[in-house]
Amino acid sequence: MKNLTAAALAAVVAIGAGQAVAAEGAALPKYDWSFSGVFGQFDRAELQRGLQVYREVCSACHGLQYVAFRNLEALGYSEDEIKEMSAEYSVADGPNDEGDMFERPGRASDYFPSPFPNAKAAAAANNGAAPPDLSLMAKARPGGPDYVRGLLLGYEDPPAGFEALEGLNYNIYFPGNQIAMAAPLFDEAVEYTDGTEATAEQMATDLASFLMWTAEPYLEKRHSMGVKVILFLLVFTGILYAAKRKVWSDLH
Amino acid sequence: MSGLKTNNAVIRWIEYRLPIFSFIDHAVGSGYPTPRNLNYWWNFGSLAGLALVIMIMTGIMLAMQYTAHVAFAFDSVERIMRDVNSGWLIRYIHTNGGAFFFIVVYIHIFRGLYYGSYKAPRELLWILGVAILLLMMATAFMGYVLPWGQMSFWAATVITNLFSAIPLVGESIVTWLWGGFAVGNPTLNRFYALHYLLPFVIVGAVVLHIWALHRFGSSNPLGIEANGPQDKIPFHPYYTAKDAFGVGVFLLLFAGIVFFAPNLFGEPDNYIPANPLSTPAHIVPEWYFLPYYAILRAIPDKLLGVIAMFGSILILFVLPWIDRSPVRSAKFRPIYKQFFWIFLADCIVLGYIGAKPPEGIFLIIGRLATAYYFLHFFIVFVLSYVEPRRPLPNSIGEAVLKGGGAPSAAVAREKA
Repeated sequence: MKNLTAAALAAVVAIGAGQAVAAEGAALPKYDWSFSGVFGQFDRAELQRGLQVYREVCSACHGLQYVAFRNLEALGYSEDEIKEMSAEYSVADGPNDEGDMFERPGRASDYFPSPFPNAKAAAAANNGAAPPDLSLMAKARPGGPDYVRGLLLGYEDPPAGFEALEGLNYNIYFPGNQIAMAAPLFDEAVEYTDGTEATAEQMATDLASFLMWTAEPYLEKRHSMGVKVILFLLVFTGILYAAKRKVWSDLH
Repeated sequence: MSGLKTNNAVIRWIEYRLPIFSFIDHAVGSGYPTPRNLNYWWNFGSLAGLALVIMIMTGIMLAMQYTAHVAFAFDSVERIMRDVNSGWLIRYIHTNGGAFFFIVVYIHIFRGLYYGSYKAPRELLWILGVAILLLMMATAFMGYVLPWGQMSFWAATVITNLFSAIPLVGESIVTWLWGGFAVGNPTLNRFYALHYLLPFVIVGAVVLHIWALHRFGSSNPLGIEANGPQDKIPFHPYYTAKDAFGVGVFLLLFAGIVFFAPNLFGEPDNYIPANPLSTPAHIVPEWYFLPYYAILRAIPDKLLGVIAMFGSILILFVLPWIDRSPVRSAKFRPIYKQFFWIFLADCIVLGYIGAKPPEGIFLIIGRLATAYYFLHFFIVFVLSYVEPRRPLPNSIGEAVLKGGGAPSAAVAREKA
């Protein structure tokens, strides 16, 4: 009887867990990011590789509207390199003296141009699901960079009996398990300029790290300032405690 | 504690024409006699004041950069985070400051509940405190809407829709609140105006709160009135020193969150721009509203749910008349003390349930916890008649100094 109850309980729990997985996506693997922890800082090489993945793969469909080319200085690029990179993009400007809009090469002060003029156009070109802007993606999903990395590596063959809807792809980490985006990364999808071997896992990690930077560009300053503030407050609070003890000593 | 004594001619000149220095001295200085036995739970009043000042200062700085328009609000917040000098710091202090303000105020309230601080003659002091809590909730809710992310938009939609439960005029009231037929630009604009106004209303209520406090002075852990000089010490330097240490500890914890986990209290969805056509999977309020949210959802009828939710706070207004026990402190009320801890646990359970979807076991627990929340006040009412009490000490000095209460150095200092 006892065993039966236990088995029934286990079944209920298992069904419950199964439902939870279907609704929220599987538990994300935790990656040991260079920027996590109190002293965490970005890895410049990783960010540069992530930028390369964004430019060569993601930017075909996803915008990065809150990031300006000038911001890339934080990744370790020189002013000239940034000028060169931004000039590769064509940016809409205007109106000119004739009242017409025109295209011109990008400048350091420009923001990454979005691949589609608006969300409707983006949805129309992508089977009805507009690819979201990536600037804040690493803060806009539970799990943050772990989610970004997991999602990019979470494409698997669907389990037996799972019917994905027309045009949707099976992904173990996506809520509902059916995502419009096809698996974007495969080994050697880019050729890293720094010679790193471009495995899918390497690219997913680099990109997630890069997107953490685009979402939280002041993370390094926040961490280093925080350490100083905490150290100051520890000493200051110690002094305040000593002062309190001194003031109250004549009462006890 | 007679008039201000100073050798500074300028201060004397001003004091003669505008006695502001003696006013300050009587408010938070050596001229404010305070019970000598206040423990660290009494630090949270001054911490709440500090939190309010931090919120107003950072809020004004943010207001200089923020744009209250549905098309620009989200972008302007991102501009603050990226392009405004130290904007990320100011904003993280402000968003997390709200959470810490509520932590501090909730501890302040539960301290009042434990030590019976709401009892005669401090009923009005307590009532003003509950009014401040309501004002804080309104301010926090409207502030949460301003970044115009997904949670901002949907929280605004859900909460304003609560008023549609009012019979007959509900729908009209909601339209009036929105300034249109849906949450939109007029809604955002008025929320911004009110979010800027209400903190100063809070300041006014805090002034009244402190005024009422000074009429009879602070309550204390023993709950008996302070009589005579051996029971009291001047606020400065004793409690200024103690409060300052509390501020240090508070700032340590606050800085820990601001610098190392600034999005801990936030919802990831609020980094997605508001989209009226896409509803998030779970609409969750900020953590400090979760218990009320659980009460709202525990009751199947919408109107009754709204009444219960507001009732859960409004009942605090009449608590001084529900609890009729003449003994204030739970130290001398052995049974009330047990029920205090059960009530606190119940509130935490409600908060946990508020974050969960209202289905299955969560709904059942939520209903039981909601029922118990209100039952607690009935228990308190009954207890005040039937509870056996422990004997009260004769005076604070006797209890604290253990036999005698000889005039101490503090008294000497007062006279000096």
